[in-house]
Amino acid sequence: MAIERTQQRDAIGASDPVIRMNDASVTYDEGESYVLDGVSLEVERGEILGIVGESGSGKSMLASAMLDAVPNPGLLSGEITYRPSDGDETDILELSQSELREMRWEDISMVFQGAMSSFNPTMKIRGHFAETLDAHDADRTAGMERARELLSDLYLDPDRVLDSYPHELSGGMTQRALIALSLVLDPDLLVMDEPTAALDLLMQRSILQLLGGLREKYDLTMVFITHDLPLVAALADRLAVMYAFKLVEIADTREMIENGGHPYTRALLNSTPNLDAPLEEMRPIDGKSPAPINLPSGCAYHPRCPLATEQCREEVPGYHEGVGGAWRGVFPPRRGDQRNSAELRRLAR
Amino acid sequence: MSSSDAEPVLSLSDVEVHFESRSGLLDFGDETQTVRAVDGVSFDLEERDVLSLVGESGSGKTTLGKTSIGLQRPTGGSVKYRGHDIWDVRDGNSDADITWDEIRQSLQIIHQDPGSSLNPNRRLVSILSEPLQLTGADLSRGERRERIYGLLEHVGMTPASDFADRYPHELSGGEKQRVALCRALLMNPDVILADEAISALDVSLRVEMMDLMLDLQDEFDTSYVFISHDLSNARYFTQHGDGKIGVMYLGELAEIGPAEDMVNDPHHPYTNVLRWATPDLSLREAGEPPMRKIDIPDPVNPPSGCRFHTRCPEAREACRQESPPDYHHDGQRVACFREDDDHAYWDSPELTD
Repeated sequence: MAIERTQQRDAIGASDPVIRMNDASVTYDEGESYVLDGVSLEVERGEILGIVGESGSGKSMLASAMLDAVPNPGLLSGEITYRPSDGDETDILELSQSELREMRWEDISMVFQGAMSSFNPTMKIRGHFAETLDAHDADRTAGMERARELLSDLYLDPDRVLDSYPHELSGGMTQRALIALSLVLDPDLLVMDEPTAALDLLMQRSILQLLGGLREKYDLTMVFITHDLPLVAALADRLAVMYAFKLVEIADTREMIENGGHPYTRALLNSTPNLDAPLEEMRPIDGKSPAPINLPSGCAYHPRCPLATEQCREEVPGYHEGVGGAWRGVFPPRRGDQRNSAELRRLAR
Repeated sequence: MSSSDAEPVLSLSDVEVHFESRSGLLDFGDETQTVRAVDGVSFDLEERDVLSLVGESGSGKTTLGKTSIGLQRPTGGSVKYRGHDIWDVRDGNSDADITWDEIRQSLQIIHQDPGSSLNPNRRLVSILSEPLQLTGADLSRGERRERIYGLLEHVGMTPASDFADRYPHELSGGEKQRVALCRALLMNPDVILADEAISALDVSLRVEMMDLMLDLQDEFDTSYVFISHDLSNARYFTQHGDGKIGVMYLGELAEIGPAEDMVNDPHHPYTNVLRWATPDLSLREAGEPPMRKIDIPDPVNPPSGCRFHTRCPEAREACRQESPPDYHHDGQRVACFREDDDHAYWDSPELTD
């Protein structure tokens, strides 16, 4: 079923974006089904942006799109611009394979879930750092110095870790070593896809706290992708919610949690057990997220939405603005703001 | 919720599970190390009770869980099912009129990974027929199908006839886990061990699965031992089921008590650390971890005295030397010297490193 594209697709603007994504889409089957549908957003330099969604919402595809690493035979379209802190803007989709290889790790680095499988089991950790430095023609000595400092920042003993094989380290240590490895070439942006998923709570929380410290020390920008909203809320400056391959809401973290506009956001907030909420308030979300080939008409969330109207079934909603962000909805936004602006909204940081 | 005269369904007394491991592939038998996975744990589980075991990896919670349902033989202490030591029954040394098979049927498990716990070569109806055949129910094929359909519908998999003919790979993670739950329940067990049963599910699906497990508890008269590394899930599950949370650290129970008390009024410093680590929506500053070290010590060489002393923010010299006994405080059992106002702990110097 062809998907209605709206005319109004507002990017939520940043004043100094590191990444500017405009109408990014990934399709398989030549446009028959989308696994990323017209996502526009900007990542502010120095911020930590949390991208939240259930499995199959398109959030990992969004991360892959930022590095032009969408698996074949997916087709990525749209505009994705990278603005380095020094140098000219680059259109990521125009880069050649070798330019892309250079950009990945030196400018934009990515950390995946399950650190163990990112490491070569027959090579010590030291070897991984050396190999990465060599592959990018970087100075070995300076690079290894930097590696040691990063490992220390992550509460790891550099000598012990560098001389270990991956299987000799615990899950938490391996994940931290991977984060250090991803930062060894001093990138501007770090994209992480469920970096703490398989780890213990204490380790998850500790790593979040360490990431905050790394952001400060190394002037990094971070994108943290997860299905666990409460987890990333403690770290992120802004949160973006994905549903059915579209970006449905983006706002300052506090604003999203206290005043989330989109019904799906509110349902997500209510469905995750947390220690402070009274038990009666916790409720699962009825229904299932749609598959790419079987998207509902109009607003993809309408089958599960308690507020759905006829219009929701027919039209794909555009963005409404709120005080700290924006969300997609057909009915009037919560604070009586009737405008549905086509302008870029600049969010002051 | 339970009659105090009846024997508890499960009673663990000073259970120890020690594993011997040899170091290295090529060392021929010179150094064996002992991993003291569970080191002296006691608790009771009543009818229709809920106990959550919470802790980090290496805390021993999974080993303890498996020991409590007879999947792991303890190296010390006893595991009793309705008053009968289960390993005595197994060894033929018991005069109880219950067989090992009957005990094992009564104690079931749901694993963490829904994908690998279901036979991929069998349709759901076949997977779910097996427990019915094993429990010796004299049901005809039609009656079996009806029971299976009824249960599938009960767990929200409608139309049941459609689901029953599917293979596991045609189900979502959440659906597979519900099938695992059905399979366990069809054995009519007294206890189900849910070993991180919701950890592999998306955060938004977990409440649904927990609600389902609790709904079915009354119908099937089952108790749960719920293993989780996540305190907020454990609190949700246990509070709704009116049970207890037990916090494990390096093979020992640091603290055990009713869910709300454990969460709102934790006494053991380690429980406090777990609270800090548990994500919530209060957006408080992450701050420094309230622990002196991030990484958990090697279980082969646990710290002396109180095992938590190497990381505890309140640790003192006394904690390094002596292992604290269980102190009782209202409904909670706490293994920490701070519960004792007269203990030498208060005069001993703080540990800082």
